[in-house]
Amino acid sequence: MGLLRKIRATGRVAEPAPPRPEGGVLEKARELGGSAQVRCVDAGSCNGCEIEIAAAFNPLHDAERYGARIVASPRHADVALVTGPVTRNMAEPLRRTVAAMAEPRLVVAVGDCAIDCGEFAGGHGVEGAVADVVPVDLTVPGCPPEPEAIVAALRRVTGR
Amino acid sequence: MEAMSTSVPIGTALTAGTAGTAGTAGTAGTAGAVGYAAVAAQILVVVAGAPLLTGWMRQVRARLEGRAGAGVLQPWRDTRKLLRKESITPVGTGPAFRAAPALLVATTVVAAALVPLLSTDTPVSSHADLIVVVALIALGTFALALAGLDTGTAFGGMGASREMTIAALVEPTILLSVFALSIPAGTTNIPAIVSGAAHEPARLASPAGLLAAAALAVAVIAETGRIPVDNPSTHLELTMIHEAMTLEYAGPDLALVELGAQMRLTLLLGLLSSLFAPWAIATSGSWAALAIALVAFAAKVCVLAAVLAAAEVLWAKVRLFRVPELLAGSFLLALLAVAASYFLNGAGS
Repeated sequence: MGLLRKIRATGRVAEPAPPRPEGGVLEKARELGGSAQVRCVDAGSCNGCEIEIAAAFNPLHDAERYGARIVASPRHADVALVTGPVTRNMAEPLRRTVAAMAEPRLVVAVGDCAIDCGEFAGGHGVEGAVADVVPVDLTVPGCPPEPEAIVAALRRVTGR
Repeated sequence: MEAMSTSVPIGTALTAGTAGTAGTAGTAGTAGAVGYAAVAAQILVVVAGAPLLTGWMRQVRARLEGRAGAGVLQPWRDTRKLLRKESITPVGTGPAFRAAPALLVATTVVAAALVPLLSTDTPVSSHADLIVVVALIALGTFALALAGLDTGTAFGGMGASREMTIAALVEPTILLSVFALSIPAGTTNIPAIVSGAAHEPARLASPAGLLAAAALAVAVIAETGRIPVDNPSTHLELTMIHEAMTLEYAGPDLALVELGAQMRLTLLLGLLSSLFAPWAIATSGSWAALAIALVAFAAKVCVLAAVLAAAEVLWAKVRLFRVPELLAGSFLLALLAVAASYFLNGAGS
């Protein structure tokens, strides 16, 4: 019963929703109608971006309230959140993951490494940025990006 | 839709066997327009209400976790989006994979028409035998397990094997726990059991009724894949049971699979509330009783779902190898319920 008391004492921890992000909903995401299933792909990241993505879905930021939800299979997903510079070993799995997603599908590149290889540019194991491997619809800059920025990007997909 | 046409003759055949002992089950005489309306309302409330119920459970969970939640309409938005998406048939999959989503939804729709969720006096209530309803639920489970195997992926086969292990333990428990209630009623016809209990509430307050309620509650939790047996929101394939079988579905097929799973949850919670809280269920063919039954059904199922969602926040999932122990325990409760019911009712006097 200690947990029940804790739940009562804590109450709501989700912060009030910030105003809708600039730019409005993406044209390609209009068909999704307020629902976006998200598949995360770590294409060679240092895990900094993964921690921030996890934070975006925690009770404080609660990305789920805007209709985004992390799923276990690319077949269920509408959005691929790709992090890190794409390594040689992850280039083909990334291509296959995106190919397994049903249309309409979007790819969101999260973090500086995903956008331009960042710190790892020119590394011998690096194939290139995400856009060199699969078409990218939206980018979230930052090293690592703040959870608020990731939530804002997901809101541009769900339109809520 | 094949299930719709094949299952009805099975239902007639089975209930024809029990009709001799049914006695009070002959309620299907002149149900009239209200009876048909009740069947339509039962199907409609399960199909349309199931996503709302899932949304309600997620919302309760979200609030208890301190989150804001996506709102009760979110599962409907997900379904609408999935129906608009492209359909994918993975290479190497056959008819089992393609037919399973429709079969899952169809069996659940038939079961929803049969189970007395709103009214015990419907044109189909004489076919609503317990064994038919459990067989329909098992058929849906079986179809999805075949589909999981059909994909040929490691997780699909693993999920199918786990689901069948659990189903083999759960289906007998559902049968036995309802048998405990069917002994005083003298029939396995569910509407007759429910209307009997509605007129004679003392049957439910007996030790047999309470044991059966506990056993059926555990069986329903296991059958619908909720914590502590399965975690419906897991992302970790190795711990999945239900979700592992559906990993290859996309678009409209996935929408049907998810809708089917949500409908089964609604149906089984409705069955639980009909059997153990049969108050306000229409036992006569009047419009007012049907309207009251509709409101009461929504209230009962929402309360049950909220309790389940709250329990999911407080409990952890048990290890897979402990699940058979949990289910064997619930089977034992059901067996005790049947024994208690048999002896306390004067050994069939």
